[in-house]
Amino acid sequence: MTLPESDKQPVRLRVNGESIERVIPADRTLLLFLRDDLGMTGTKCGCEIGECGACTVLLDGNPVCSCLVLVVAVDGADVLTVESLADGDNLTDLQEAFLDHDAVHCGFCTPGLLMSAEFLLQRNPEPTELEIRTAISGNLCRCTGYVQIVEAIQDAAARRRAKAP
Amino acid sequence: MKLYPQHRRVDGIGKVTGKAIFGADQMPGHLLYGAVKRAGIPHARIVRVDTEKARNCPGVRAVLTAKDIPGAHGFGIVVPHQRVLADDKVRYFGDGVAAVAAETEEQARFAAEQIEIEYETLPTISSPEEALKSDAPLVHEGSNLAVEHRVRHGEGEKPPDAAVTLERTYRTQHAEHSYIEPEAIVAWPAEHGGIVVKGSVQNLFSTRRSLAAVLDLPLNKVQVIQTTLGGSFGGKDEAMTLLSCRAALLALATGRPVKMVNSREESFIESYKRHPYRLHYELGADKDGQLRSMQIDILADAGAYASTSQFVTWRSTVQATGPYRVPWVRTRVRAAFTNNNYTGAMRGFGSPQVNLAIESFMDELAEEVGKSPLEIRRLNAYRDGDVTPTGQQLPGKVTIVEALEAVARASDFERKWRENRARQKEAGAIKRGIGLACSYRGVSLGAEGTDAAGTLVAIQTDGSVTISSGITDMGQGAQTAMSAVVAEALGISLSQIRFLNTDTDRVPDSGPTVASRATIMGGSAAYDASIALRKRLLEFSARTYRGDDSDFRLEDNALWRCDERLMSFHEFVDKAFASGISLMALGWHKAPKTTWREEHGQGTAYFTYVYGANAAEIEVDTQTGQVRILDVWVCHEVGRVISYAQACGQVYGGVVMGMGYGLLEEYYQEQGIPRIKNFDEYTLATALDAPNIHASFLEHPDALSPIGAKSLGEPATEICAPAVLNAIFNATGRRIRELPASLERVLLGRQLRRHGIRTSLAKEAP
Ligand code: FES
Ligand code: FES
Repeated sequence: MTLPESDKQPVRLRVNGESIERVIPADRTLLLFLRDDLGMTGTKCGCEIGECGACTVLLDGNPVCSCLVLVVAVDGADVLTVESLADGDNLTDLQEAFLDHDAVHCGFCTPGLLMSAEFLLQRNPEPTELEIRTAISGNLCRCTGYVQIVEAIQDAAARRRAKAP
Repeated sequence: MKLYPQHRRVDGIGKVTGKAIFGADQMPGHLLYGAVKRAGIPHARIVRVDTEKARNCPGVRAVLTAKDIPGAHGFGIVVPHQRVLADDKVRYFGDGVAAVAAETEEQARFAAEQIEIEYETLPTISSPEEALKSDAPLVHEGSNLAVEHRVRHGEGEKPPDAAVTLERTYRTQHAEHSYIEPEAIVAWPAEHGGIVVKGSVQNLFSTRRSLAAVLDLPLNKVQVIQTTLGGSFGGKDEAMTLLSCRAALLALATGRPVKMVNSREESFIESYKRHPYRLHYELGADKDGQLRSMQIDILADAGAYASTSQFVTWRSTVQATGPYRVPWVRTRVRAAFTNNNYTGAMRGFGSPQVNLAIESFMDELAEEVGKSPLEIRRLNAYRDGDVTPTGQQLPGKVTIVEALEAVARASDFERKWRENRARQKEAGAIKRGIGLACSYRGVSLGAEGTDAAGTLVAIQTDGSVTISSGITDMGQGAQTAMSAVVAEALGISLSQIRFLNTDTDRVPDSGPTVASRATIMGGSAAYDASIALRKRLLEFSARTYRGDDSDFRLEDNALWRCDERLMSFHEFVDKAFASGISLMALGWHKAPKTTWREEHGQGTAYFTYVYGANAAEIEVDTQTGQVRILDVWVCHEVGRVISYAQACGQVYGGVVMGMGYGLLEEYYQEQGIPRIKNFDEYTLATALDAPNIHASFLEHPDALSPIGAKSLGEPATEICAPAVLNAIFNATGRRIRELPASLERVLLGRQLRRHGIRTSLAKEAP
């Protein structure tokens, strides 16, 4: 009995600013590549069908469900995960706001939510509540009822505007 | 004790940086992966299991069946009949028959699929009604009746005469916990014999007991450690015991660490659900709506195994009449075995079902006697000193009316309710509605079982503090609540505290973390420990710096004598330690006594109660049946708020979970075959669906709780659905008596079912 083998292919990616070259099976998803091949377990796996958003990363600046992305299909791309946000012990204002508003309960949805929110704030420094809710509508959270998450993103936007020149 | 208005969680940093280690994030070296061969049919006798092919698959290191289990084959808190691996029969679709360990996850899953099982198919029992027919095939030896509880209150065989009588039947569905983190575990052989198991376990001590029995090991050779838990809501109990036992068996068979992680599909298929209930309610009342009698008959689907059905249905039995004075009550609650997913603990634990029924029923009574929903509740609600149908006089302050009035006032309920009603017949597709619901709830385990917990507080010589407890944090914030109690008692800041995840080797068995008992039990034990430490330290200061114990106090990270700051907390504890004072204490809290006499269903069921109310305002699109929840006003009496932000968080999350239960969620099985296996069809509310939520709390510190606090986690989720259903009636004049109130039920009054199998589901077993 043998396991059907999938073809291997070389890929080159930038992950959180670091260049990575690997030879990987063609059916490897970005999510499993990050978690199992690179040992970066900050990005979470909740459904593997693109419904929960726990696996959200920024791919060339855009939020994607990494469980739906084949690594070989995005050869050469730039990937940012939750691990890229803080600079050592210095948290970003978004992470700080999540803590201050108690937007983190069990925390399993948090990495994905932070990436969706980061994307929103980069494009839209003054989002309305509806814009925030729309931006995170692909991220399921079973614990919080979303209220404190929305408040945290609003607050992070305000903090960034206050700091902006 | 002062209120902590806003503070950060003690376990927050790792969760925002991606550094927190959840079950599936564990990556020890030399790891093997486990996979399970599942039944894939609902009911059959196992004739033969052929593992030959699987053993020869690449990377395979072990293939185990029930024959390879050294100890007990089954586990279970009430009846130990849930098999780790099925031996005689499979009793539901998700039963596991064999387990495989291999070098990679792919290899393990592939090999598991190569296991061949010959079955003799048995008839499927797909509902509790079928199960109780006299000629029904048996799921287990004996009887399909899993549980029966009764309450008898009031004299005479017949209910007293009443001007108004009403009779209704309500139904609720299977609901899935839907923790976003699927079940995950790593097990490895311990260095001196025995096993270590680490992962997303909710109730470590029950899992440990089952592991010991299955592996035939003493408890001190089984260590269960909790990783950061990605939500549980009652769901990571037996589901995790199952996974833990299988991984442990594979680890002992191979001598290597074994990791097992359920895919979402496996989680849906295998894990237990919230019990579906059929609830038949009859009442007698005066012509003004004053309740005279109630007869309640409830039938629950226990599914394939007993699990906690006994306790879930017991809570339903005690609380079935809602927070209302009823002089004559006859309640019967039964649960029956079927070939559906087994059902067990889920946030609310038997209350969401009865609340749905009684709160709808009260509105139907109001309609019958021409009163508003608020008026009918005011008239019948418990007041101080009232006696429940189990013969218990309610202790302390009874705040149900206070909570009702609070949400009614905040939502402008009476005015909106009358206006919406008047507008039902007006033109326009979009109708508004507002609905009310309330509940009372017994705190903690009650007469269900031993109710005690331990928390260990250790002050370090630099003034930092570590806490560990037998009570677990699943995301609800138990660690932070306990830390807040310790910080307050020792006069230190929360940032000085580090909370360790629960490890059965290092903390006392504290029972399960269920029944919203984390804050009251773990927190009271933390209080007990910190008070002991404080006393010890203040006695030392009185001896050393001369004065009375009462002259000294700990505050603002320092030791004070009257108004004089003597030294920092750090300096002080360092000195105490140097003088041989122990800086560690184990706190223990035992809940007040409860009693229960099962024959008549009488007793002091719970030592105290909490009260709460919801008002929900909605919009119904009468052309599509879509219901949008606009605002929910919430008021809970919780004894005392320990952390305001966290209390609000429990309310927000609870309301949205309750809303999903009311409108969206249903785990559907057809003849024992699961038709919903992931979040594409099991719809959870998104940020766009979630309403505005206005939370408020009533605080009457409870004399029976050392820290004054009672419960909130479950009360917060148990009354949203009936408030929404009552609002739909207010908007449309149409009463929905079956959950969820899906588009079809709102529009057509019935559910449309897809029959047959969608292509993506054609391949059944994962
Ligand atoms: S794991 Fe990718 S969306 Fe759920
Ligand atoms: S915090 Fe638990 S799922 Fe969002």
